[in-house]
Amino acid sequence: MTTLPVNTSRLHLDPAATPPRQSWWLDVWRRFARQKTPLVAGVVFLALLFLGLFAPVLAPYDPVEQFRKEGLSALGEPVGPNGQFWLGTDGLGRDLFSRLLYGARVSLGIGLAASAIAVLIGLLIGGIAGFVGGKVDFFLMRFVDLIMSMPTFFIILLLVVMLKPGVWVVITVISLFSWTAPARVFRSQILAVKQHDFVLAAHCLGAPQRRIFLRHVLPHVLPLVIVYLALTVPNTIFAEASLSFLGLGVPQPTPSWGSMIQDGFAYYRAAPWIALFPGTIIALTVVSINLLGTGLREAMDPMRKK
Amino acid sequence: MLGNYLLRRLLWTLITLFGVTLLTFLLVFAGPTDPARALVGEKATGVSIEHVRQQYGLDQPLYVQYLTYMGRLVRGDLGDSYYFRKPVIEALLGRLPATALLAFSIMFVGCLIGIPLGIITALRQGSLLDRATMVIGLVSISLPTFFVGLLLLYCFAFQLKWFPVGGYGTLRHLVLPTLAVAIPWGAWYAILLRSNMLEAISADYVRTAYAKGLNTRVVAVRHMVRNALLPVVTIMGIDMASLLTGIVLVESVFSWPGIGMQTLQAATHLDVPLIMGSVLLGAVMIGLANLVVDIIYSWLDPRIQLG
Repeated sequence: MTTLPVNTSRLHLDPAATPPRQSWWLDVWRRFARQKTPLVAGVVFLALLFLGLFAPVLAPYDPVEQFRKEGLSALGEPVGPNGQFWLGTDGLGRDLFSRLLYGARVSLGIGLAASAIAVLIGLLIGGIAGFVGGKVDFFLMRFVDLIMSMPTFFIILLLVVMLKPGVWVVITVISLFSWTAPARVFRSQILAVKQHDFVLAAHCLGAPQRRIFLRHVLPHVLPLVIVYLALTVPNTIFAEASLSFLGLGVPQPTPSWGSMIQDGFAYYRAAPWIALFPGTIIALTVVSINLLGTGLREAMDPMRKK
Repeated sequence: MLGNYLLRRLLWTLITLFGVTLLTFLLVFAGPTDPARALVGEKATGVSIEHVRQQYGLDQPLYVQYLTYMGRLVRGDLGDSYYFRKPVIEALLGRLPATALLAFSIMFVGCLIGIPLGIITALRQGSLLDRATMVIGLVSISLPTFFVGLLLLYCFAFQLKWFPVGGYGTLRHLVLPTLAVAIPWGAWYAILLRSNMLEAISADYVRTAYAKGLNTRVVAVRHMVRNALLPVVTIMGIDMASLLTGIVLVESVFSWPGIGMQTLQAATHLDVPLIMGSVLLGAVMIGLANLVVDIIYSWLDPRIQLG
C-alpha cells in the first residue's frame, strides 16, 4: 500500500539495460499477493477446482448410485447428514457429497469453458473493430448493439431445446451470448492503445499491421483479458445453473449444482439441506471468483481509478 | 430535438426487431429439429406430419415462410400458438400484466432499498450498517436468483407462514418473488452508489457547495446523489433488460403465471410462433427500458441532452 503505483522496471533510463521479461508478471504477483482477501479467494477457488478435478478419487460413492435401503428413510424420504452420507441424500437416495464433488466438474467446467470462449470471441470482434476501425468498426458494433438488445435468455432456452441439452451445447450457447460486454471493453482499450506514439513509431518503421497488432497492441490488452476472464465466469456459472434448474442443462442423472437445487426444490420442506449445500457452494465459488477478479484488476492495473 | 431523438430510437428498435425476427427464424429453421414434428408430437406418422407441414406452410422455402410471417407481422398478426392453440397475441397479452407487475415491483423495491442505503453508507463509512451492506451485497449477488427465492420460500412461506407459497392474485403473493430479486439488486445498487458518492466527495462542486455553507444533507441529496446515480442507472437499465427475460427463474420458483413461464413451455414444445412472439415482445420491452434509462439520464444530468 505504501509503494508508489509505478512499474519500476520501466524506469531504466539506459536503453541497453532492458528489464528481464518476467518482471511485469513478478510485479503483478507481488501486488496481488499483498492484498490478503483476493489471495484467500484464489486459494478457495483453487481448492474448489481441485475437488472437482479429483472427484473420482475423493467421492465416497458413485454420484448416480441410488441407495434405496440406507439412503432413504422408512417412508422413502431422503436422510439428513450422518456418518455414512456426510451431507445426506437426495430424493432418490443418492449421496449428496459425491454429487456435489462431481457437480463441480460440470458447473465449474462449463462456467470456465464458456467464459474462455466468450472472452476469445469478444477479443476477436472487439479487437478487429477497434484496430481496423472505420466501417468495419461501425458494423461490428451495431451487431453487438443488436445482440445486446435481444432477449437473450429466451433465445438461449430455445437453442438449448433445439440442439438437445449436453455439455458442449450448453457451453456453446452460453458463450454465444456472453461475449458482447467484453468485446466493447476490449474495443475501447484497443482504441486507446492505438493512440500511443509507439504504435505510430512501429508504423513508421514499416511494420505490417498484423505485427503491430500482435506485438504492440495486443500485449497491452492482455491484462484486461485476464481480468475479464475472471469477471465473466460468475455469469456463465449462473447461466449454466439457471439452465440446469429449469431442466435444460446437462441431462440427468449427471449432477450439476443447478440441477441439484432443482432436485432439492421438490423436497424443500422435508429436506432443505438438498438445495442448501449446492446453493452455498455456488455462492462460495462466485464470491471467491469475484474477489479474485477484483484483486487481479488491482494488481494488473494499479493506475486505474478506484 | 426530442422528436428527432425519439424518431431515431424508434428506427433503431425497428431495425432490432427486424434483426431479431431474422435471426430467430434462421435459428429455428436451420436447426436440426423439425417444427412440424414438434407440432404433431413424436409418435405421429409420416402422412400426418406431411399434412401438418402443408397446412402450416412449413413445406415452403425458408424465404417464402419468412416473408409470409413478416407480412402478417406488419398487419399485427403474430400467428397461432402451436401448443396453446390460440392466437399468439392473446397468449402474450394474457401473461403480460403478471410479468410487468413483478418487474416493476422488483425495480421499485430495488431502488427503495438501494438508493437510501447507498447514501447512508457513504455518509457513515465504516459503520456497522456500512459493513453489513457490503457483506450482504457481495453474498447475495453471488447467489442464483432461484436459490434466494427458495430460501425465502423456506423461511417466510413454509416456516413462518407469513406469505403464500406461490401463485398470483393478491399483494401478499407479490412480496416474496419481489424480494428474491430486489434484495440482492438493492444491496448491489447501494454498493455502487456508495462508491460513486465517495468519489464525488472530493469533487470541486462538492467543496463549493460546502463553502456556500450548505449542510451535509443538502449537499449529499441535491449535489452528490444526482451525479453518483448516473452509473447506477446504467446498471439498472442492463438489469431491467435481463430481468424481462431472466424473470422465468423467479416465476418458476413461485409459480408466477408470467411471460417467462409461458416462453419456457413454448421453448420446450418448440412452439415456433409463440417463441417468436415472446422474443419480439422481449425486444420491445428492452427497447422501452433503454428509452427510460436515457430519459432518466437527461433528467439527472441536464448536460446530457437527448438527441
